[in-house]
Amino acid sequence: MNVVNNKWIGQRTIRPDGVDKVTGRAAFAADTTMPGMIWGKVLRSPHPHARIKSINTAKAEALPGVKAVVTSRDIVDFTIEKGAVMLGIQDMRWMCRNVMARDKALFPGHPVAAVAATTEAIAAEACKLIEVDYEVLPWAIEIDDALKDGAPILHEFNKFDGKPSNIMGRIESKKGDIAIGFKDAEIVIERSFTTRPVHQGYIEPHACLISVAADGKTTIWSSSQGQFMVRAMTSMLTGIPQSDIRAIPAEIGGGFGGKTIVYLEPLATLLAKKSGRPVKMVMTREEVMRATGPTSGSKSTVRIGARKDGTIVAAHGSFYLQAGAFPGSPIRGAVGCSFAPYDIPHVLSEGFDVCSNRSKVAAYRAPGAPIGAYAVECVLDELAAALKMDPLALRLKNAAKEGTKAAHGPVFPRIGYIETLEAAKNHPHYAAPLGKLQGRGVASGFWFNAGGESSAQVNITEDGNVVVTTGHPDIGGSRAGIANICAELLGIDYKRVSVIIGDTQTVGFSNLTGGSRVLFASSMVVTQAADKVIATLRERAAKLWEIDPEAVKWENGAAHPVSPNAGQFEPLTLADLAEKAPSQGGPIGASVQLNTQGAEGGFGTHICDVEVDVDLGIVRVIRYTAVQDVGRAVHPSYVEGQLQGGVAQGIGWALNEEYIYNKDGKVDNPGFLDYRMPVCSDLPMLDCALVEVPNPKHPQGVKGVGEVPLVPVMAAVANAVHNALGKRFYSLPMSPPKVSAVLDALTQQAAE
Amino acid sequence: MPKLHVTTSVNGEPVEFLCEPYETMLDALRGQLGLTGSKEGCSSGDCGACSITLDGRLVCSCLMLAAEAEGHEIRTIEGMAKGEKLHPLQQKFLEHAALQCGICTSGMLVASEALLARNSNPTEEEVRFWLAGNLCRCTGYDKIVRAVMETAAEMRETAR
Repeated sequence: MNVVNNKWIGQRTIRPDGVDKVTGRAAFAADTTMPGMIWGKVLRSPHPHARIKSINTAKAEALPGVKAVVTSRDIVDFTIEKGAVMLGIQDMRWMCRNVMARDKALFPGHPVAAVAATTEAIAAEACKLIEVDYEVLPWAIEIDDALKDGAPILHEFNKFDGKPSNIMGRIESKKGDIAIGFKDAEIVIERSFTTRPVHQGYIEPHACLISVAADGKTTIWSSSQGQFMVRAMTSMLTGIPQSDIRAIPAEIGGGFGGKTIVYLEPLATLLAKKSGRPVKMVMTREEVMRATGPTSGSKSTVRIGARKDGTIVAAHGSFYLQAGAFPGSPIRGAVGCSFAPYDIPHVLSEGFDVCSNRSKVAAYRAPGAPIGAYAVECVLDELAAALKMDPLALRLKNAAKEGTKAAHGPVFPRIGYIETLEAAKNHPHYAAPLGKLQGRGVASGFWFNAGGESSAQVNITEDGNVVVTTGHPDIGGSRAGIANICAELLGIDYKRVSVIIGDTQTVGFSNLTGGSRVLFASSMVVTQAADKVIATLRERAAKLWEIDPEAVKWENGAAHPVSPNAGQFEPLTLADLAEKAPSQGGPIGASVQLNTQGAEGGFGTHICDVEVDVDLGIVRVIRYTAVQDVGRAVHPSYVEGQLQGGVAQGIGWALNEEYIYNKDGKVDNPGFLDYRMPVCSDLPMLDCALVEVPNPKHPQGVKGVGEVPLVPVMAAVANAVHNALGKRFYSLPMSPPKVSAVLDALTQQAAE
Repeated sequence: MPKLHVTTSVNGEPVEFLCEPYETMLDALRGQLGLTGSKEGCSSGDCGACSITLDGRLVCSCLMLAAEAEGHEIRTIEGMAKGEKLHPLQQKFLEHAALQCGICTSGMLVASEALLARNSNPTEEEVRFWLAGNLCRCTGYDKIVRAVMETAAEMRETAR
């Protein structure tokens, strides 16, 4: 690690984009216009499952004000027969069918056509004039309905166990032999759980503004978790080469994984190309809820065997996850992460990817991992009770540590899981007294974290300040972290570092803002670029002083001779060397592009207290502490922010959030009133305890922190509810109607 | 139906505009008035990202017709700072990292200012219930509540 003086790393600096965001000046996806701009709207299927026999757009095209109409005919087809064409984790065969239905509409809200017109009202009117001849088919929404005999099959080509099926794939992680392991067990607990699909709930709906010039040069203004993903997917779906598409990352109003794929951009590009006018498209909240990806609902069964002393000897998990209309549920996260915190000799973890007639799932904060952890961490709670062990002591006894081989493959390097358990055990929260109808639960969680491709430029301005350009949209304050690190390395004031997010044509390829990878990966490339800049600065000073560059050191923002033996010279500051740059070799700057490696997984342990309102059936979280190994907290406030935000989302998932379907197979609560995410009055303060076990493979010790904090939450809440009521819920959400029903049954039992 | 002519005041400046009878105040602000600091998260009054004040009263501009601004005073996030000088709430939000993506921030600040205008010494519970109409999906509200309470304390101190 090359950090020496620690002046800026760990400081709670003011974020570079902060003033713009508190004054309303920051430009998000829907905040821009272009001269001559028109509006695009999407016509969506009203049916959960229907064959599209024909589409007639003639009447819509004839409506005055309509400038272009597109259907699936205009979109590049990735045929199923030709096999997978992958872009990251997305198969373009499904992506092309998700942005616009081809032969079949597979969920209510599935796009079937799009219109651009001079006003939004005309575009909406034109959508109504498009005639779609549907052959309505039987449909399946829930996993059981999609798996039963005779279930309607979404993708007829697909076979599982030799039969047409909605199971699109199976993966497993295996270690040892569970048959042997369970034979050795003195106690075995097996339970089944269900969770509901939940939406990422970003407050900014998807939006874009796109122009296509007559020569094909395309400008995309949109918010996403990756401008390069937007460029690549739009290119592949429209046929416009990537070199002609400039994708500009607008400020993004929340993503949480949900903005890692495109919905509108290919449609707006085609509409702009056809009409010759810039096209703006903005989803309504209802469209967001009906047609963009939630994370999966699930059915899980977890079986854990242990010795009487608490040693876990075998574990088996099977996780069925809803993929929605197209394959690709996050089974890898459920399968790989669920047992990862524990050193278990025999593990089998299986995942099944199940399609049904609901919108295609998208990534959501540690995709799949919270679903698996909910099941595993609840079973561990029951195991601890059966063994009369403290739940943290049970986890400590079985905790993964350096050298543990995880079932999903890796042998862990130095990790901080045990430290999170110790910190939780010693936290005053864990010993605090509880009142009547209150309960406490704990749970742990793991997320893989990710490295991958990142690019950055560090340029010294003519007046001796610094501009850093990276390629990752900043959602949660990553610019502040980068500025802290760059100021530290160059030894200058934080305010002299400006950090911006480049567009696709001005900075090198950078993979998604996702996987908890951004600060890990971007600070790695920025560190290497800053090191190159410092080398240049030392060379320049050496040349001026006529000494060897090795005899020059960079310290406190200036070049100094390494020792008096090297010569007596006044320090040359960044400003001095910038001023002399034109005569000393030219501009000072460096750019680095890397496929970053060494993102080690992250662990967290949470403590949750709840109080149950027995009159209303409402579970209220009254105290919460999130402990996490964060590697190195480069900007502690934004690290805490990640923990607090993840916890709030998990509380919503545990207690309230779910889609309600009506008898027609349509979502009945496609808005924030009835799809109820936690509001300010629902939550207590959310305490954080940051454990810092630096990542040995990163120059500043950084580990990803964004996703782990969602993983343990539902189990922590469920365990707390069990502790309060003596009754366990095996399905989420633990919403007031369900809690009331259980309370009524308990009252009845007591009366009898 | 012809457009309506509206004469109003936005952030203390006289403003005139033409609008459709069905046009919302939010659309007028973000559209022809070019004030995009107020955000549209739901258009149903559930998220609060479009919060403005109408004669000092906190409203969701997505639930208000643009024509209703006639003769009244509108204030938006763009009017909160005085030139280069940030409002104490804006400053405190920055210091507390009370924002992540920033999409809810305009509405949070406008709503918080409206709270402090009527209650200079709110309890945590009062802050939480006042802001219950402003959704934030990033922060879990912790740092927002702290920023508002600390601003209130400092503003009381300054006013003494």
